[in-house]
Amino acid sequence: MPIDDSASAPPTPPTGDDRGAWRRLIRMGGPRPTRANLLALCLALLLGFAIATQVRQTRSQGLETLREQDLVGILDTVTQEGVRLGVQLRELERTQDRLASGADSEAAALALTKSRADSLAILAGTVPAQGPGIKMTITDPQGKVGATLLLDTLQELRDAGAEVIQIGDVRVVAQTFFTESDGAVSVSGTSVSAPYTFLVIGDAQTLSSAMGIPGGVQESVRNAGGEVTIVPVESVQITAVVTPSTPRFAEPVPSPSPTSG
Amino acid sequence: MIPALGLVAGILIGLVVKPDVPLWLQPYLPIAVIAALDAVFGGIRAVLDGNFNDKVFVVSFLSNVVVAAVIVFLGDQLGVGSQLSTGVVVVLGVRIFSNVAAIRRHLFHA
Repeated sequence: MPIDDSASAPPTPPTGDDRGAWRRLIRMGGPRPTRANLLALCLALLLGFAIATQVRQTRSQGLETLREQDLVGILDTVTQEGVRLGVQLRELERTQDRLASGADSEAAALALTKSRADSLAILAGTVPAQGPGIKMTITDPQGKVGATLLLDTLQELRDAGAEVIQIGDVRVVAQTFFTESDGAVSVSGTSVSAPYTFLVIGDAQTLSSAMGIPGGVQESVRNAGGEVTIVPVESVQITAVVTPSTPRFAEPVPSPSPTSG
Repeated sequence: MIPALGLVAGILIGLVVKPDVPLWLQPYLPIAVIAALDAVFGGIRAVLDGNFNDKVFVVSFLSNVVVAAVIVFLGDQLGVGSQLSTGVVVVLGVRIFSNVAAIRRHLFHA
């Protein structure tokens, strides 16, 4: 018990000198020109530095400071997560495949429908058409080529496989009709005059041959004093169209349902 | 007063410098800090008891730190590092509590 100070008392002074204790603490903590005080300062400095560093380190702790068991636990967790995500990935890939194939079949159905619509539109004469064929001109210097002969010609062309026909400026469709009054011929109500021009899409060879058969169109026209000129055309442009009329009475028969009967 | 100022200054320096703890030191620094705190409270108690000794304080401070680090190092080598770290922290914590209790008795008589 080194007592080097008059104020210092034995360790446990029972009677109230807590003021002495405070004073001693302050004196020891106060600036004293001793090596010990300097050392205490250095050590305190070091301690504060270490505390701050450690706190910072703890906050930004990564995996490298963890022990083996913790690392194993983390690894297990990550592995399970990976397996779970893998399962999810495969599921999503299957869904994607299914959706993609569905889109494909839908596109195929759409293309099919579109091509059918195109065929029907050409048949109905609602759209312009183009393709290989012939351009046929029938002259009528004596005015003897009438509606009947034109109708016969049209029928011959159809028999020979003509797909699209235009007479003058009139597109020929199922409802096309020929009328004749006072020697003037009308096609579907539009009057046409000689020379009559037929634009036909079809096989040029077959069409030409069909026109030239004995007793056929060419011979009939020649008997009427006219002349038939047939020119094969690489690409016949049929620009005339008809406006389809909405049927007033007819309507499609619904396809029979399986429950009927 | 001076050691308290030193402590605050050290914390500020640490906050400003933002040093990275080297890898080999990382397991030992927390234990070393606890050991140093134990030495500091022991020193304060010694001051109040009237038997404070500069040399004893410095030596106990340094030896506390070194011994704590060595114990943890040894524990790591033996495969019981985490348990031994816990044990050291418990022992030092008990000592700190008893020292703080003595200081309190001196200062407040309570």
